[in-house]
Amino acid sequence: MKAAALALLLALASAAALAGAPKPALKIENPGQCIAPTEEMRKNHMEMLKHQRDRTLRQGIRGEKASLNGCIECHASKATGSVLGKGGFCQECHAYAAVKLDCWDCHQPKAGFKHAGAVGVKP
Amino acid sequence: MTEPQDKSRRKFVAGAAVAGAGLGVAALAPGLHLIEVAGAAPQAPRAAGEPAPSTVRWGMLIDTTKCATGCDKCVTACHTENGINETVQDVRQGSQWIRKIDLKDPKNGRTHSLPMMCQHCEKPPCVDVCPTGASMKRADGIVLVDRHICIGCRYCMMACPYKARSFVHQPLTAQNPEVPRGLGCVESCTFCVHRVDKGLQPACVEACPERAMLFGDLNDPTSEIAKRLAQEPATQVRADLKLNVGVRYKGI
Repeated sequence: MKAAALALLLALASAAALAGAPKPALKIENPGQCIAPTEEMRKNHMEMLKHQRDRTLRQGIRGEKASLNGCIECHASKATGSVLGKGGFCQECHAYAAVKLDCWDCHQPKAGFKHAGAVGVKP
Repeated sequence: MTEPQDKSRRKFVAGAAVAGAGLGVAALAPGLHLIEVAGAAPQAPRAAGEPAPSTVRWGMLIDTTKCATGCDKCVTACHTENGINETVQDVRQGSQWIRKIDLKDPKNGRTHSLPMMCQHCEKPPCVDVCPTGASMKRADGIVLVDRHICIGCRYCMMACPYKARSFVHQPLTAQNPEVPRGLGCVESCTFCVHRVDKGLQPACVEACPERAMLFGDLNDPTSEIAKRLAQEPATQVRADLKLNVGVRYKGI
């Protein structure tokens, strides 16, 4: 009896979860151009970027296949220019998966960004 | 100027001289042209996939007799290149990758001005003290902060005898795509590592209107900087610490 109740509860909970969290709506601006198949990118993009970042920064290896600037070239939204924000390629999926995204605390999330304002540290 | 990067600087200059001779004196008359070409690409850009070579040691020679008091073009160029454009609440918290210092000898009143930045030590105290290994020296002698593992403890700022490092106190949004920087990490002059890897000079060197800054390979005896260091008196700031710094000053 207890097991049956638990199974029912689990079924209800998972049904609620399915209904409650809409799948991320991703728009790929340049489809079919990625450095690896979609499945591999979904599973391993963080590993690719982690190893690349260490090689680039610590050994000075440039022009690697995987790079954050390479990601945003294709994946930045054409509307906002960014991979963040509502519907942003990175943020949408990371919010769904509840995985903290801190690349963009330091890296520029907008493709081809150029700062046009004042230069230098102002008090 | 087609593909100068494929030749060594020396061969290129020799080639340019021959070409100039072919065209007559007029082509060479300003003399400036050769210097500019030689200054534009100190080395070939490194091929994709190649690590920074340990045979190279990047360094800088700063001629303080040429550096003009009141000029801060190097600082502005650094800020533009590296995206240092934030407004800070407290001016003491602003990032200083490079700053201008005016010196005066009280005995005789002689004044001079110089830019001060990370000295890219051979034995950097910031690397010694870093508890996570974030503060590091690349094989070609450029001292960097690996922000991926920097925890922002600021021990390196305490250890640096040149006050070369800054801490970012606020979230940033307007970084240069090639120069990531952000809240909670220590940062300092990188010798414009993203430019050097492309075969360019640091932004400050390129911006100096007096040509008081010279960037090059200290290990290569044929490089302009090594030749000048062999002939002219140049000093290291706080040479007593025996850090063997990469930035040398002339005239202090």
